[in-house]
Amino acid sequence: MNKVKGLKNKDLLGLKDLSVEELQLILKTAVSMKEVISRPIPKVPTLLGKHLVTLFYEPSTRTRTSFNMAAKVLSANITNVALSSSSISKGESLIDTAKNLEVMGVDAIIIRHNMAGAAHLLARQTRACVINAGDGCDEHPTQGLLDIFTMIDKKKTVKGKKVVIVGDIAHSRVAKSNIWGLNKLGANVVVVGPPTLMPDGIEELGVKVSYDLDRELRDADFVNMLRIQRERMDKGFFPSIGEYAKLYGLNAGRLKNARPDLVIMHPGPINRGIEMTSEVADGPNTVILEQVTNGVAVRTALLFLLLSGNN
Amino acid sequence: MTKLLIKNGTVIDPAGKNGGGRDILIENGKISKIGRVQASGARVIDAKGLLVMPGLIDMHTHLRDPGQPEKETIASGSRAAALGGYTTICCMANTTPPLDDPALIAYVVGKAEKEAVVNVLPIAAVTRGLKGEEIAEMGRCVAAGAVAFSDDGQTIGRSDVMRRAIEYAKQFNKPIIAHCEDTNLSKGGAMNESRLSTEIGLPGIPALAEELIVARDLLLAKKYGRVHIAHVSSAGAVKLVRQAKKDGAPVTCETAPHYFSLTEEAVREYDANAKVNPPLRTEKDRKEIIRGLKDGTIDAIATDHAPHTIEEKKVEFSLAANGLIGLETALALALTKLLPEGLTLKEIVKLMSAAPADILGLTGKGRLAIGADADLIVVDQKAAWIVDPDKFASISRNTPFAGARLKGKVLHTIVSGRLVVKDGKLVN
Repeated sequence: MNKVKGLKNKDLLGLKDLSVEELQLILKTAVSMKEVISRPIPKVPTLLGKHLVTLFYEPSTRTRTSFNMAAKVLSANITNVALSSSSISKGESLIDTAKNLEVMGVDAIIIRHNMAGAAHLLARQTRACVINAGDGCDEHPTQGLLDIFTMIDKKKTVKGKKVVIVGDIAHSRVAKSNIWGLNKLGANVVVVGPPTLMPDGIEELGVKVSYDLDRELRDADFVNMLRIQRERMDKGFFPSIGEYAKLYGLNAGRLKNARPDLVIMHPGPINRGIEMTSEVADGPNTVILEQVTNGVAVRTALLFLLLSGNN
Repeated sequence: MTKLLIKNGTVIDPAGKNGGGRDILIENGKISKIGRVQASGARVIDAKGLLVMPGLIDMHTHLRDPGQPEKETIASGSRAAALGGYTTICCMANTTPPLDDPALIAYVVGKAEKEAVVNVLPIAAVTRGLKGEEIAEMGRCVAAGAVAFSDDGQTIGRSDVMRRAIEYAKQFNKPIIAHCEDTNLSKGGAMNESRLSTEIGLPGIPALAEELIVARDLLLAKKYGRVHIAHVSSAGAVKLVRQAKKDGAPVTCETAPHYFSLTEEAVREYDANAKVNPPLRTEKDRKEIIRGLKDGTIDAIATDHAPHTIEEKKVEFSLAANGLIGLETALALALTKLLPEGLTLKEIVKLMSAAPADILGLTGKGRLAIGADADLIVVDQKAAWIVDPDKFASISRNTPFAGARLKGKVLHTIVSGRLVVKDGKLVN
């Protein structure tokens, strides 16, 4: 593989910071990476000798595994560091951790953290490449990329398409990365959820706000169902899981008025019976498992672009 | 004591008339003559082309003494004050332990006598342990030297306790200084709740968290007695105070330099040095703060000088401590930001000296009159400088203004007739 024109920054902190060209470069590169991954021996030597670390302050299965697979496709070494978020409050300093990793010669740090801006703090403190794998309610850029990649894979383009994002918009970094990326690529984004889970000024990010899922589904091309956390109910954002599922869950009846080619997505893990019924989750319109496959392709592309060019 | 003659300065007296080329003679710690003065044997300070004004009075300083000398001490805080043009600072009660007891008030007064280079006047807690439940021994604290009462850092959540405190404080003619925050609305928040908090994903604190309690305390004041609202940050709070004053409520309020100098945009890149409570708000709020300063709704500018260690700031934004230091930048910020907004020099000086003196009943301070305390400063209004936290006398460095270019520099600070800052440097 030839050296490609790289990304502007050493880090990927969010889709907010990417230009349209950079977004398209990543998505285009992911197409080739998907082909690489589908080979009988999915391995190229591009990042041989590079050392990556995942630094996760929050639990994760998919994202961490996906980054591990991506690193291995490119022959990079990868080490997983798991820290409980409770250790943060005990005075475990993110900056000290970063400095330790840096002197060990780490080329990239993939960080997930429960507080917004943690990846940015880390990026300022280290020469290593920092990839944000989710920071609080800020962004989850690789999820946004894999969602968009999947949309384009299904319908050629997102330009002019209607994307409905449903659920806890206020606390969702997935929603945020989707919004930044989709808006840059010309999609029409509608966010749907209870008013208590709509953050202040969200319209100003260039989306339409709606509380009526049935109406929005009628002409939607894509619907991205966000995972709802039980703790939001405990904190009084909505009265019950049952009521939430009734108002904002997908079921077969609700899909009757939607377009037959509606593409149903979910970042996982699904709460079956809440965000969607099993019938919908396992139905023909749902691409949740393809999203996971595409996640490896997108992350491989990203590692390639961030780490192969600069020495 | 030696005589000191400040010659040819442009005198800015918020209480009297201004004019160029007037001399001020200081004898025995008091101002003895103003006008054309010839004094033999006096040490002369040439103030030609410079402003001479009353020493500034900060009615809202956190000195962290007792309890947190790694952040600030009475000695270091008072030196920061002197360099910033403050000759009197009033230290808040949320120390460790809090200043809720006459012995602790006496401790601060005693330590200040030994270590401070400016006047340090303690503010006593309203309630024991700042818990908002039982009122502290206000009378004995006043006898020990307290100039006001405040649980600053905490809101007195129980309206019955706040009511009793306001009523009880009346007999001492000292204000209750209210920190207004509905903690049910603000908890977990790290910045102003707005489009920006949504954009950068930080948990928000709505302006209403401040305004609801401001409204409550203004209503309590109207019925029961004096309240001074601390660190007003939102447009809504300014409007509430404006209306309460029209309604005749015995209320005063202050804002801090960061609320008229900055907006929430300062935290866009997660700069924890701009994390403060109440949080920096929007441009609309900043404009209303300035309107409030102009029309007299806001009585005073106070720093809310809140020192924190680097370790408490150089962390994830949500974990970082609230607060920023202000003693060494407040005057320059006021001159740099407020003169272009149409406030006069005299108005600015009043907001920072005479007004706090009046609110706290500090007789002899905040004015340049014969017989007044010789607390005054000489300022070069035109001198531009770059804020360099490493040069601060404060132990802490937590300012969002590092690198800012400001206009207006304190050259000399005189406290009770003693020169404590000369040519912008601490004397000995």
